[in-house]
Amino acid sequence: MKSAPFDYHRATSVDDAVAVLTASDGEAKVIAGGQSLVPLLSMRMAQPTVLVDLNGLAELRSDRPTVTDGRARFGSMTRHAQLAIQTHHGLAAEMAGWIGHTAIRTRGTLGGSLAHADPNAECPALALACDAALSVQGADGVRTIPAAEFFAGMLQTALADDEILTVIDLAVPRRWGFAELARRHGDFALVLATVTELADGWRVVVGGVEGTPVRLADAEAALSSDASTDEVGRTVEESIVAYDDLHATSRYRRAMAAELVRRAVDQARRTQGEAS
Amino acid sequence: MTTDRVTTDRVTTETKVELSINGRRHVVGVEPRHTLGDVLREQLGLTGTHLGCEHGVCGACTVLVDGEPTRSCLVFAVQMDQTEITTIEGLAAADGTLHPVQEAFSACHGLQCGFCTPGFVLTAVHLLATNPAPDRATIRRELSGNLCRCTGYVGIISAVERAAVERAAVERAAVERAVTNAAAVAASAADEPSSPRH
Repeated sequence: MKSAPFDYHRATSVDDAVAVLTASDGEAKVIAGGQSLVPLLSMRMAQPTVLVDLNGLAELRSDRPTVTDGRARFGSMTRHAQLAIQTHHGLAAEMAGWIGHTAIRTRGTLGGSLAHADPNAECPALALACDAALSVQGADGVRTIPAAEFFAGMLQTALADDEILTVIDLAVPRRWGFAELARRHGDFALVLATVTELADGWRVVVGGVEGTPVRLADAEAALSSDASTDEVGRTVEESIVAYDDLHATSRYRRAMAAELVRRAVDQARRTQGEAS
Repeated sequence: MTTDRVTTDRVTTETKVELSINGRRHVVGVEPRHTLGDVLREQLGLTGTHLGCEHGVCGACTVLVDGEPTRSCLVFAVQMDQTEITTIEGLAAADGTLHPVQEAFSACHGLQCGFCTPGFVLTAVHLLATNPAPDRATIRRELSGNLCRCTGYVGIISAVERAAVERAAVERAAVERAVTNAAAVAASAADEPSSPRH
């Protein structure tokens, strides 16, 4: 349970970090909070030659987001603990409170969780639910990736080896609901669901049923046509294909996804708007 | 100053870090792959920090980094340069008097084998520093990141509850003492004849 040897580079700027990543030819790994990466290193499932540490970069931190036009911009090194107490994005605060435990949230980061792309984690679903625009910086400069194109599969993203996630720009939903099922408090979700009302309509996102969080178009359509909560739940059960594993069967996941969406719909319909 | 050390098949660089541990400054040369927990135990001899699962699940290795609970198995020591770290060894007074949370764990049978205890105690110290009067449900939730295989948790929850109550009593007594003292000072000032002014 000890990591293989690596060299450590404490980045002095995003440019500096990108330069080290570029020079290492795909053998380097970025460390943010490290709460998922360090176990992978310890179990030697990842064996980078260089670890590039972003923890010294004030430019990636934000105690509070910049809020404009119904969107909130967070630095990628925003800790889960900060996300949980900020008051500008209620859904982000609620979901961050469900991540791990206090000792994990003091260290783990929004950007790190997105780049890790665990389908059972809160942050990827949050990004998809809030139409996130993810700014990344690499050797070729800066580009912005919409959340819908960022998650490529289980633990896979559109980030290139030399790219670093710098800013997460989230729509602040007018209304939202969130529900999660986990075996124990602080565990990764078995299934989680968000319902968000954005400027262009409702979004229904479920995590923990496929390799990435998924948007459910049928449920969104049902919600937009003022269908009952039960009807929305039924479309969820019919439209998703959940995987089986030792934690739960596909059927159980589908049933739970439907129930969690129902709860999130009820919560969203009860709450007052934030952004408007 | 860095020195090279040959490990299995690769040469990695040892880096000097400055850590303040329990109020004492340490400058240590660390291999990047060594976690804070490894360095505390193996290089600094602070074996009160217990490494259990070594992948962030059990909470036994929890220490306070700049006052915040942190898994010492999930951070590398090389990342901890210039931080203030509190380990279980830093809680008792110099004369051996236990910290009130330690005392409460003892009084309430909050430990049996003791392996998980340092992580629980430090997590509880942070909890009471940020929330002086938590109810049992809050204590249970806040300690849910720490696993105990002996006690069944009931004694642990009671210990934290007792530490909170005793801390409040100590603080109340201190306030009462201060009020009494202030009253005595005011009374004696009133008794004294006013001194002539120049």
